[in-house]
Amino acid sequence: MSMVLLHPDDNILVLAAPIRAGQTLQINGQSIVAASDVAVGHKIARRALSIGEKVLKYGAPIGSMTAPAEPAEHVHMHNMKSDYIASHTRQATGEDPA
Amino acid sequence: MSIQGYLRSDGRKGIRNVVAVAYLVECAHHVARTIVTRSDDPDVHLIGFPGCYPNAYALKVMQAIGTHPNVGGVLLVSLGCESFNREALAATVAASGRPVETLIIQESGGTAETIRKGVEAVARLKAQAAATPRVSMAVSELVIGTICGGSDGTSGITANPAVGRAFDRLGAAGAACVFEETGELVGCEKIMASRAITPELGAELEASVRKAEAYYTVMGYGSFAPGNAEGGLTTQEEKSMGAYSKSGSAPIVGILKPGDHPPTGGLYLLDVVPDGEVRYGFPNISDNAEIVELIACGAHLTLFTTGRGSVVGSAISPVIKVCANPETYRKLAGDMDIDAGRIMEGRGTLDEVGDEIFDLVLAVAGGQRTVSEALGHQEFILTYKAFDPIGPACLPLRRAS
Repeated sequence: MSMVLLHPDDNILVLAAPIRAGQTLQINGQSIVAASDVAVGHKIARRALSIGEKVLKYGAPIGSMTAPAEPAEHVHMHNMKSDYIASHTRQATGEDPA
Repeated sequence: MSIQGYLRSDGRKGIRNVVAVAYLVECAHHVARTIVTRSDDPDVHLIGFPGCYPNAYALKVMQAIGTHPNVGGVLLVSLGCESFNREALAATVAASGRPVETLIIQESGGTAETIRKGVEAVARLKAQAAATPRVSMAVSELVIGTICGGSDGTSGITANPAVGRAFDRLGAAGAACVFEETGELVGCEKIMASRAITPELGAELEASVRKAEAYYTVMGYGSFAPGNAEGGLTTQEEKSMGAYSKSGSAPIVGILKPGDHPPTGGLYLLDVVPDGEVRYGFPNISDNAEIVELIACGAHLTLFTTGRGSVVGSAISPVIKVCANPETYRKLAGDMDIDAGRIMEGRGTLDEVGDEIFDLVLAVAGGQRTVSEALGHQEFILTYKAFDPIGPACLPLRRAS
């Protein structure tokens, strides 16, 4: 079990083991070469995702895409956002001088 | 397994017999801490409130903790000129049948003399607390809290749903189970409301999450730390869905606010976000503040799930740490009680880990020290807040009786 489908409606998979760039993944019966390293607990696209599309995990919406993603592509802060409250990182706290 | 509890005069039973040394303003913190350090006893714990201005919430929480079933005696350490109502706190503790002493630094000869008197007072309080009767205690008499901290993308798959399994078993056995952080339920409000035992309670559950969302929006940050993102969580609602799974699948029977005691067994939401206009800063400045509020609701112990690897424990009530991430467990095994991340690696199931948590709850209630207890973790933090009392729909069982 290296990728977890938490709910049949989900359009992302959660990694139970890290993947490495160049590694071949089996997703929906297709062989896809991973474009980047992705760590345990992170998400990858289960199918192609378009801008504005709701991301579904546990069968529930957890945000919206801000950029398209190919199947197996890392889905994270660079291509999706909250529909409630913006998230922050240590580098971008929102307190930097404008 | 039989639990031998400490019988308090209000009928509640504790699983520990702690002497609490409480500073009533930051200016008394050093003296209180030194009294605890010199007492050199794992069952003498430091608690306190740092502010000099009065706060009804802080008084309520300190009264709840001073009369917590795990507490057998209390020493108050006051500078002397601060606002904290030490007379009200001492009176509440005394009325509960517990021994309580107060030292006022300005009237006790200063730092060195107050420390000397404090160490003597702790010895007296320990001796009095040791006379507390021991009686058998049922699972149905336990109050169990849960919190997640340092969550990552594994938390909502392994440790949190495993705690949910344990909560389902504990609740079925009659225990009161309390989950919390309404700010970490943003996005789950409708799903959660559908589990309320009455429509009115469901509306209150949804309202509590809307309040949290509005509060955090004013603050400018959700309840979301950079480590959450580094661990694969992208949004508040994604973190929420994972956090929510700690609540298991039982019906939700009520809402508490900090310092309220669950009147029956079953599953409760603790609403930790202040009422009214946004004042005093973030609702909970760290995980430790949430644990203190669970304890103020009577939690005998807390189930703490972590993905990134929190190491904390707590004063007053033991903390069981359930590690969600197998990589974190390998790095921090000495800080973890339960390896739930093994589910990710096919070395266990949610039901097996849930049963392991349930069994450990009983063992810890029976006196076994948790890892964080053995390591000496006794974190405690209490800050300013303001709450309105809970509404009539929040405790439907009590209203119906």
